[in-house]
Amino acid sequence: MSVARNHPAWWAFMVHRVTGIALALFLPAHFWLLASALEGEAALENKLRWTEQPLVIAGEWLLVIALAAHLAGGLRVLALEFLPWRDWQKTLAALAAGFALAAGLAFALAR
Amino acid sequence: MEVKVWRGDATGRFESFEVPRQPSQTVLDVVTHIQRHLDPTLSYRFACRVGMCGSCAMTVNGTPRWTCRTHVDKVAAAGRLEIAPLANLPVVKDLVADMREFFDKWARAKGQLTPTRTRADEFAVVDPGSPARREADAGIECIGCGVCYAACDVVKWNRDYLGPAALNRAWTLVNDARDGGQSARLHAVAGDAGCHSCHTMMSCTEHCPKHLSPTRAIAGLKRATWSLPPEKEKS
Amino acid sequence: MSARFQARLWVAQRVTAMILAFCVVVHLATIILAVRGGLTAAEILARTQGSMAWGAFYATFVVAVAIHGGIGLRTIGIEWLGMGRAAGWVAALVSASLVVLGLRAVVAVVA
Repeated sequence: MSVARNHPAWWAFMVHRVTGIALALFLPAHFWLLASALEGEAALENKLRWTEQPLVIAGEWLLVIALAAHLAGGLRVLALEFLPWRDWQKTLAALAAGFALAAGLAFALAR
Repeated sequence: MEVKVWRGDATGRFESFEVPRQPSQTVLDVVTHIQRHLDPTLSYRFACRVGMCGSCAMTVNGTPRWTCRTHVDKVAAAGRLEIAPLANLPVVKDLVADMREFFDKWARAKGQLTPTRTRADEFAVVDPGSPARREADAGIECIGCGVCYAACDVVKWNRDYLGPAALNRAWTLVNDARDGGQSARLHAVAGDAGCHSCHTMMSCTEHCPKHLSPTRAIAGLKRATWSLPPEKEKS
Repeated sequence: MSARFQARLWVAQRVTAMILAFCVVVHLATIILAVRGGLTAAEILARTQGSMAWGAFYATFVVAVAIHGGIGLRTIGIEWLGMGRAAGWVAALVSASLVVLGLRAVVAVVA
C-alpha cells in the first residue's frame, strides 16, 4: 500500500475487517465443537478438556478480544452512519479500542 | 536535497535529481526548478500556484497533496522527497494523471443539477440557514482536485466505485431544494459502485485540502437510500 | 444484481449488526461469567438444556451472524480476492452452511 494511512479511522476499519475474517473462520469450528453435545454430555466434556492446552487458551483469549474489537468497530460504523454527524469521530475509534482491551482483560482474569 | 520523481507512464521508474534547498520552498517549487533548470522534458500540471485550483495535486512521500501548499520543510524532514502522480488514476506521463475517470464518475453519480425552473420563472428562494442547505454547504466547496479519490482504498480495490468526490457532490444536490432529479440520483449513488461500498475509512476526510468530509456526505446518502423504490422505467 | 438489491444487502448487514450488538454483549458477559473456575460441559448444559429462552437467543444469534458474516465475506471476496459476481454465490453458500451448522449446535445444547 502506497499512501500514508496512519490515521485512526483507517486502523479502525482494518481491525474490523481482519477480526471479521478471523471470527468467520472460527465459527464453523465453534459450531462443530458444540454440536458434539448431540452425542451426550461426555462427548462435549471431552472436547472441552482438549481446549485446556495453553495454545488453545491463548487462541480463545485472542478470539474474545477479536469479538470485542469487532463489536466496538461495528458500533463506531453504526454511529457514523446513523447518528447526527459530529467531528469528534476519531474519539470513537479510540473508545472502541479501549473497550476491546477491557473485554480481553476481563476474560483473561476470569479464565 | 535528493528528489525522486516519477518518469514515464505506469511502466516508468523514479529518477533522481539534486535540487538546492531554499527557505519557504514548496514541492511545486522543486518540480518547477527541475523542469526549468535540470530536465525540460518533465511533465506536470499546475495553474494558480496559490492553493485555489487543485491542479498541482500529486503524491508526495506516499500522500496525495497540493504541491503548491506543501512546504518541503514539512514533508522532507528526513532529507527524502519522493514525488509521483496521483494514485488510483492512469498515468499520462511523469507527474500527470488522467483525470477522465474521476469526472466520468462525477457524471455517473448525477453530480449535476437537474433544473426545475426556467428563466421565465421567479428565482428559487433557498433559505441558507435551513438544515438541508447547511448540509449542502458543508460539502459545496469541492474543486475536484482528486486528492480524496487518490487517498481512497475502496477506489483502489473496486474499479467501479464512484469515489468520495462524486458522492460528496451528489449529496450536496440531494440537499438542493431546486433539484428535480432526486430519484435518478439516489439510484445512481446506491449499491456496490456507490455509497454502500464506503467503509468509513475516512482517508478522504483526512486528506481533503479544503477540509471537507465526504464520509459525512456518504453517510447521508446511505440514510437517504435506506428504502429505495424500484427504478422508474425510462420513457 | 441491481443497485437496489445491493443497497438492500447493506441494510440487512446494518440491521443484523444491531441485533448482533445485543447478542454479542450478552455472549461476552456469559463467556466471562461461565469461564470463571473452569468451563465444563455440565455447566453449559445445565444453563442451556430445556431452555426455550436460550434456544431462541442462540437461534437468533446464529441466523443473524450467518447473514451478517455472509454479506461481509461477499465484500471481501469482491475487494480483496477479485471474485466479482462469484463472491455473492460463495458468500450465500457460506451463509447457508453457517445456518445449518449453527442451528445444529443450538439443538445440541438445548434439546
